[in-house]
Amino acid sequence: MIFQYRSVIVATTCRILAPFLHLYSLYVIMHGHTSPGGGFQGGVIMGASFILLVISLGREEALRRMTQKANDFFSSLGVFIYGGIGLACLLLGANYLDYGVLPFPGATPVKARYLGMLVIEIGIGISVMAIMVSIFLNLLGPETSSEEADGIHR
Amino acid sequence: MKVFAFVASMLMGALLIYSTEDMPSWGDPNSPASRHVSPRYLERSVEETGTPNVVTSVLADYRGYDTLGETTVIFSAGMACILLLRRRRG
Repeated sequence: MIFQYRSVIVATTCRILAPFLHLYSLYVIMHGHTSPGGGFQGGVIMGASFILLVISLGREEALRRMTQKANDFFSSLGVFIYGGIGLACLLLGANYLDYGVLPFPGATPVKARYLGMLVIEIGIGISVMAIMVSIFLNLLGPETSSEEADGIHR
Repeated sequence: MKVFAFVASMLMGALLIYSTEDMPSWGDPNSPASRHVSPRYLERSVEETGTPNVVTSVLADYRGYDTLGETTVIFSAGMACILLLRRRRG
């Protein structure tokens, strides 16, 4: 994936396309309850949008949008949300991951289950997105200093 | 020794294939897997979880603990790639 020159058309088109990918991934996550989708699928689409930016803009510019430190933070945040919801249910007196007792404002136990599922789907989406980007960036390998000096970006 | 290992693994595979004849046939509605909890999940998903999509409700509510294990597997795969492949510059 070494390219000697930057193509303006490709870079601009991918930069225009990325927000629509984000929006579609959020749509897929939020509508996991009524249509095919859910956390894993939406997370993969969101990760694919960042990978598109890395492919088209080069590694340095894409990492300016989301740093590697933030990526590592997001990958653990998703699992933390999931486990945290389960622990919150445990602290409120019910079984682990029993969403019926969560104190969402003005919700019956059935609606609380619905909203609890939504929260953990969001957590799954965040974690899957971060892990996909992280594995991709690790498989790219390090950016050697000789390539950077030549102006070639991996 | 290698011949013995090869023969032993072939025998084991043959035994496993032979034992699949006793399993219920493909898509059997009277199998224990589709009589025990599946009708309950299909019939009472909407009234217990308010979710028309039964796949999501089974994955995130009835079997939420397995999905937690799945997310942990994804996380540990990412951690393994970071530990093995990440290098400093130069």
